[in-house]
Amino acid sequence: MTRAPSYREATARHRVAGLLDAGTFVEWVGPGARATSPHLAALGSPVSFDDGVVVGEGRLAGERVLVIAQEGLFNGGAVGEVHGAKIRGAFERACTQPPRAVVFCIDSGGVRLHEANAGLLAISEIMRALFAAQSAGIPVWALVGGSCGAFGGMGIVARLCDAVVMSEEGRLGLSGPEVIETVKGVEEFDARDRALVWRVTGGKIRRTLGEATHLVEDNLVAFREAVVALLAAGQGPVPFTLETLQASQARLEARTAWDAALRDGQSLWDRLGLADAALMETEQFNRRLQEVS
Amino acid sequence: MESFDLELPARAPGAAPGTAALYGVVSSGNLEVLVEAGPSPDRCRFHVETSAHGFTDVWQAVLADFAASHRVGGLSFSIHDAGATPAVVSLRLAQAVQSLEAP
Repeated sequence: MTRAPSYREATARHRVAGLLDAGTFVEWVGPGARATSPHLAALGSPVSFDDGVVVGEGRLAGERVLVIAQEGLFNGGAVGEVHGAKIRGAFERACTQPPRAVVFCIDSGGVRLHEANAGLLAISEIMRALFAAQSAGIPVWALVGGSCGAFGGMGIVARLCDAVVMSEEGRLGLSGPEVIETVKGVEEFDARDRALVWRVTGGKIRRTLGEATHLVEDNLVAFREAVVALLAAGQGPVPFTLETLQASQARLEARTAWDAALRDGQSLWDRLGLADAALMETEQFNRRLQEVS
Repeated sequence: MESFDLELPARAPGAAPGTAALYGVVSSGNLEVLVEAGPSPDRCRFHVETSAHGFTDVWQAVLADFAASHRVGGLSFSIHDAGATPAVVSLRLAQAVQSLEAP
């Protein structure tokens, strides 16, 4: 039996090609433009023709969408000045020539440390441009299933999106596992414990907590189908109103009341009656989660 | 970083890239290659930037072998390398040419 190609193993370019209707993608500031990082060059580090991000527009189930896809294999998908400017530019284009949605394939450890302040500024510019697109009525949907997940500033950006589609293999967080271990010690968090990393940051726990809105299988077809379903549902941006903020606040307050015994996904799943959640197939997990919530 | 240029005679004209075509990723032990139209149909050009210093002779041997065994006339290859082995270099170049022929 042939299986659909893995989203996690695909490059950013292959993800874009696999998500969109065949032959519809038009890239902006493509590799031929040679918009490479001056900071990496100054440091004698290898540069990339697209600075690690693919941006452009195409059709998805016939609807015009903007696509942003970070390449996790190039410097961990980290955001530098040019990389960030391309993403910001895509969101600004979304405001002037509104697409049906922006599909954001996040695969990033956060700020590119080589570019320090320029990278930090780029992240805030991305956030501002993303808010502007949402205010203009354009929903932004994050897809998180790459090897780098969505961490640091890009973890925040993922949570600003109107939907977060993850695979079990995807990860979402603020400080990455190594950062937590470095700052708080190995007793607090052992970054080499892969199962622990996924019980805390992986797609299943993020879906359980409601931070991911959809959990899909790790393949390009499943991610595409999730976006097609969002399009078909006529999904717009989540309204930025007092009511939605209060609901969000109430959800977080309820979480602070949890006792210290709830330390990771497994302890939460035990309590929910989903003790074997980690072993479930995606479809079964989604069904069981719906039953208990 | 070390960089050099190389121009070689080409056996046969290659498929013309409509726009610049990129293949591969700059990550450890890997490379990206950008294929564009070159100036002359009976020659091919290479520009290499690599993080591995002192391997120019190996690069030249690999690129000469590639140019002799593929239809690459009139093409220009720009490579960003992060320490790919000769086998990976040959593979990525062949994949890039193939992606032009059957996009």
